[in-house]
Amino acid sequence: MSETHAQTVPFVRDTMLPPADPPVREAGTVRWLRQNLFSGPLNTVLTVLGVLIVWFLVSHFWDWFAHSVWNAGSLAECRRIIAETWGEGARGACWAVIRERWNQYVFGFYPVELYWRPTMTFGLLFVALAPVLFSESAAIRRVVLGIATVLTLWLMVTLNAPALWLVFAAAVLIGALLISERRPAWLLVFSVLYPLMGVWFLWGGSAWGPAMVLVGPALGWLAWRLVGRVSGLLATVAALVVPLVWWTLFAGDAARDAESLVSLSIPAVASDRFGGFLLSITIGVSGIAMSLPLGIVLALARRSDMVLVKTLAVMFIEFIRGVPLIALLFVASLLLNYFLPPGTTFDIILRVIIMVTLFSAAYMAEVIRGGLAALPRGQYEAADALGLDYWKAQRLIVLPQALKISIPGIVSTFIGMFKDTTLVTFVGLYDPLKSMSDAVRASTSWKGIYWEPYIFVGFIFFLICFGMSRYSMYLERRLARDHR
Amino acid sequence: MSEDITRKIDRSHMQVSDEVAIDIRNMNKWYGNFHVLRDIDLTVHKGERIVIAGPSGSGKSTLIRCINRLEEHQSGHIVVDGIELTNDIKNIDKVRSEVGMVFQHFNLFPHLTVLENCTLAPIWVRKVPRKQAEATAMKYLEKVKIPDQAHKYPGQLSGGQQQRVAIARSLCMQPKIMLFDEPTSALDPEMIKEVLDTMIQLAEEGMTMICVTHEMGFAQAVANRVIFMDQGQIVEQNEPREFFNNPRSERTKLFLSQILGH
Repeated sequence: MSETHAQTVPFVRDTMLPPADPPVREAGTVRWLRQNLFSGPLNTVLTVLGVLIVWFLVSHFWDWFAHSVWNAGSLAECRRIIAETWGEGARGACWAVIRERWNQYVFGFYPVELYWRPTMTFGLLFVALAPVLFSESAAIRRVVLGIATVLTLWLMVTLNAPALWLVFAAAVLIGALLISERRPAWLLVFSVLYPLMGVWFLWGGSAWGPAMVLVGPALGWLAWRLVGRVSGLLATVAALVVPLVWWTLFAGDAARDAESLVSLSIPAVASDRFGGFLLSITIGVSGIAMSLPLGIVLALARRSDMVLVKTLAVMFIEFIRGVPLIALLFVASLLLNYFLPPGTTFDIILRVIIMVTLFSAAYMAEVIRGGLAALPRGQYEAADALGLDYWKAQRLIVLPQALKISIPGIVSTFIGMFKDTTLVTFVGLYDPLKSMSDAVRASTSWKGIYWEPYIFVGFIFFLICFGMSRYSMYLERRLARDHR
Repeated sequence: MSEDITRKIDRSHMQVSDEVAIDIRNMNKWYGNFHVLRDIDLTVHKGERIVIAGPSGSGKSTLIRCINRLEEHQSGHIVVDGIELTNDIKNIDKVRSEVGMVFQHFNLFPHLTVLENCTLAPIWVRKVPRKQAEATAMKYLEKVKIPDQAHKYPGQLSGGQQQRVAIARSLCMQPKIMLFDEPTSALDPEMIKEVLDTMIQLAEEGMTMICVTHEMGFAQAVANRVIFMDQGQIVEQNEPREFFNNPRSERTKLFLSQILGH
């Protein structure tokens, strides 16, 4: 017992203590304030300073916001109303410009009687996205599709959509709602077909064009099955070459012939009628949808053991990242015409979409490469050791984890790219921020109005980008696996 | 020698056949200019339980990683189950699906549940129907005594449980040979026993096993051959009793005195 401390005294507790409330200073709001705002002299000074700055900003702009005018026919009328209501010299916001010209900010110069077409296309976008974005939650799909159904149909009725198309949209939207409950995977068929459908709805013309584009992959699959009996490598080549040959040589004539036999046309709308958020969202959504797969391929190529593949990927990525987007857009609008055979009409929006896609794919590739590099080597080794081949290992083991790590970076790239769609103003397209506001100001009624259109457009951009950011946080939470 | 192995081992199925499972001849490997494996000759028969020991950096892990081509050898021959390992990717994948491997750090797939970890390779490599793959997986998860964890994610399990899942995952491919690369080195002492028990159980069923391990108790109880490696070479090999009681090379004696010294 010599090792026992001399002061050790036997002790047994005979009454247990009941739980007590913490002192007032250490609980609730008081504690929160003390800890977060006034924990020391420096923090107290900073808190007071922060409050003063907020007060200064709010008091400065408050009058302007409070004196908002929503009903007026011109800027002059706005100013008159402000002066009459709040006195001479009062400042106020003239939101009447948005009320009068909102349609241009949304649709550009798209024919008014066809506004229902982009509206329907946008509504159906949610049918295409729901099974991809919310594959695991029937409840969220129900809410998203429900809201999309109600809003789309209501807006289409308001915009005088033809009855036939109303029925079509209602059938797709309500059908999707029902299918989403039982077999959400079936909706992916719609997701695959949606891009071609969307192009047809937006630009119009003959439905045979998109239909003949669709024939390409079908022929490719057929070639793959037929040649596959001879050689696996040849089959892959055939599956790639046959659709390309079909598209470049035969699809156009086939579409024309089919159209002359059975006409499936809706009024065509040329690309120069597109503008505003219709243009931004068309370019943004296409760019996002295409740059992710392209970015994945580039990232894998850059990590490849094959020297040629790797070199090409590095050159592509470094070239694109080293050049400003505007330079690429100029290439799209001016130079491409020199390289294409004379007489080819290659739609300007399509060219811009390609450039924007390539641009963000290069950034995407680097973001995803970061995710790939963050995976422990053991994951690759375990996949190898189980006998998974390269593509299966990438698809089942590596990419699901690497993409999950890269979600914040991927969404940042998406957001950046979506905002960059305003740069198309430099190649003569009507982006919502600059070109559209210029167009609005060109009329005598709204000459000299600056703040309100910019705030409005900025607010819409913020809503969309903030939505993407929240979605990425939802996705990160949903995919979190390492909690105990 | 080790208190980890307490139960009596059933040796009735531990039979070494004349059939050759792995044949390594004159194998050399370099990392750049560094000669990691030098003139390795090793023939493993079906049903053998081989323990490879040696100081760190002696090339023992590299050796077993060459057997399923996680590492490439630069000269000599490795023939596994009748298939020579060359650059032919088809052969490599074939060998890998016949040879199971358990890693020091488990390397479970954290984004998949325990059950999905076990069914992934059978479904995608062996083309087993999902239902059947799940039944097999449950059978092996019961064997490693964690069927109740099947729907958890690896991050929710203890180290010992994770390693047992890793063993079950390998077994689901119904491999002919199992490689263990220091399977207990990353585990807390009390979890080592549960993993060793699982490995002993496998040995009792007649599995061909090669284990890189420092568990000398396991080596004595289960192995039919112990190989000692140093500086990329096989320095000594013998049946366990002779190896431990009567080591012949000075290097082996020194190594044994260091790891068994206290």
